[in-house]
Amino acid sequence: MARAVSRNAKIGWTIAAWSVALIIFFPILYTIITSLKTEQEAISGFNLIPSFSLSSYEAVQSQNNYWRPFSNSVVIAVGSTLLALIVAIPAAWAMAFSPTKRTKDILMWMLSTKMMPAVAVLVPIYLIFLRTGLMDTRTGLVIVLMLMNLPIVVWMLYTYFREIPGEILEAARMDGASLRDEILYVLTPMAVPGIASTLLLNIILAWNEAFWTIQLTTTNAAPLSAFIASFSSPQGLFWAKLSAASTMAIAPILILGWFSQKQLVRGLTFGAVK
Amino acid sequence: MGQITLEEVAKRFGEVEVIPPLDLTIEDGEFVVFVGPSGCGKSTLLRLIAGLEDVSGGRILIDGTDATDASPAKRGLAMVFQSYALYPHMSVRKNIAFPMRMAGLSKDEQDRRIEAAAKALNLTNYLDRRPGQLSGGQRQRVAIGRAIVREPSAFLFDEPLSNLDAALRVGMRLEISELHNRLKTTMIYVTHDQVEAMTMADKIVVLQAGRIEQVGSPLDLYLRPRNVFVAGFIGSPRMNLFSGPTAAEYGAETIGVRPEHIAISAEGGKWKGRIGVSEHLGSDSFFYVEETGLTETITVRSDGELGFRHGDTVWLTPNEERIHRFDKTGDRIA
Repeated sequence: MARAVSRNAKIGWTIAAWSVALIIFFPILYTIITSLKTEQEAISGFNLIPSFSLSSYEAVQSQNNYWRPFSNSVVIAVGSTLLALIVAIPAAWAMAFSPTKRTKDILMWMLSTKMMPAVAVLVPIYLIFLRTGLMDTRTGLVIVLMLMNLPIVVWMLYTYFREIPGEILEAARMDGASLRDEILYVLTPMAVPGIASTLLLNIILAWNEAFWTIQLTTTNAAPLSAFIASFSSPQGLFWAKLSAASTMAIAPILILGWFSQKQLVRGLTFGAVK
Repeated sequence: MGQITLEEVAKRFGEVEVIPPLDLTIEDGEFVVFVGPSGCGKSTLLRLIAGLEDVSGGRILIDGTDATDASPAKRGLAMVFQSYALYPHMSVRKNIAFPMRMAGLSKDEQDRRIEAAAKALNLTNYLDRRPGQLSGGQRQRVAIGRAIVREPSAFLFDEPLSNLDAALRVGMRLEISELHNRLKTTMIYVTHDQVEAMTMADKIVVLQAGRIEQVGSPLDLYLRPRNVFVAGFIGSPRMNLFSGPTAAEYGAETIGVRPEHIAISAEGGKWKGRIGVSEHLGSDSFFYVEETGLTETITVRSDGELGFRHGDTVWLTPNEERIHRFDKTGDRIA
């Protein structure tokens, strides 16, 4: 790895990297800037300097209380992720340490369900929700999002578990650990970094999920993604208000992401590097 | 107690028979070494005894009780792995305590046994460290400590020294032998290193392709190898093996002579040859003699003071009384 890099090359790469990062981040930045404008400013064309008016935030908050969808988002994102982990940890354990000829096929099949457009199963799930009274409930969304993200959670945990030497689990078995002890006291603590990044990534996925949350909720269980959507209203688009709502919706997850960058990067490149 | 009996124990992986049915009895308190080339099934056999693999046939008795279907935890055996297999997220103390915690021992009893094990294994100052902060030898001692505190009826060692450097290996070899002398518990030790086998074992089991070639004391195997395989495998440097007319002369298909049972001289003897490589260790000298017309090279072990050099012409004479004779099937001719 030790390679001499000239000063110019370093400067060049730094500029290039910052440019790419800025291009990627620009839509989010512009949303935040727009949220600080008045509606007149917002529709008057491209402008990077807002008037720092908080009127849009006030309007959003008065029109539609922020805290209710916020708490829904927290419950749904965290709840569906924890539920997914409870199901996925034993599943990934079985696939990583006791594989059969079909394990790879099952993993591929699970992943293939993610290739299907969600809308394809909208009608059956909608009908099930109607019949079982899960429509517009947090419980319903927790279950649906858990199921939607389960393949990715199992895949990620599977790749992490595969890095754990089987001899350590065998040692635990020799030491008198039951299957439950083995998973609880040996496997899980050793896989904590992997489980943590899976958890973070899945919370982000669940937080940003918009298709199911918009289809299956109205008011009671609507999370922040539905909250944003409610501002693209029939009365016409109000750019500043919509931006303010978006900023409020993404802020918590953006902050969470910022503080857990290290774990997330490991999560996103899972299996690629050891 | 720790008597282990294998009755017709067999193991198949799918269609492949790794271990054909075999019988073996390991007496209480014995130090038994399974030795053989890699892939001979010695580790598999150990894992069958441990319960980490299921047998495909036969029975395993521990102290007379059928343990064939018992889980590893229920067999009362402790195992030390080649990779140490310590729990990286636990301190040394917690690693050693783990089996006792699983067994539900009282905290006082746990502490007492940890202290005793740490003292015996020189780990007292490292109890609060994590395995990642220890050297290879220390890790191995932690693994042994974790096995001792369970007070098992037998210890199983799976090539425990192969990750250590040569000097440490000799030291740990002595420590394990001392441990056996002190505890007098049955130990089963797997290795591919015949020096470890010879130095540590009460009884050696030589395996090849899953079959037991010979069971006996180290000297037994050395002096009376039952077949050509054991003759070639036990002893370092290897026994010289001759076939063809040289062997026919002694009424055998193959004959073997150990390097120390061949006299070397500059004046005269039975076989003439030229020194290829010579190794002078001080205490001994090894000469690899070529161009004898009998076999590729003949290894001779002699007195350390002997000064033959590369290219010298020498004469070799085998000690007639120490010649091992084998028949067509490779078995020893009595």
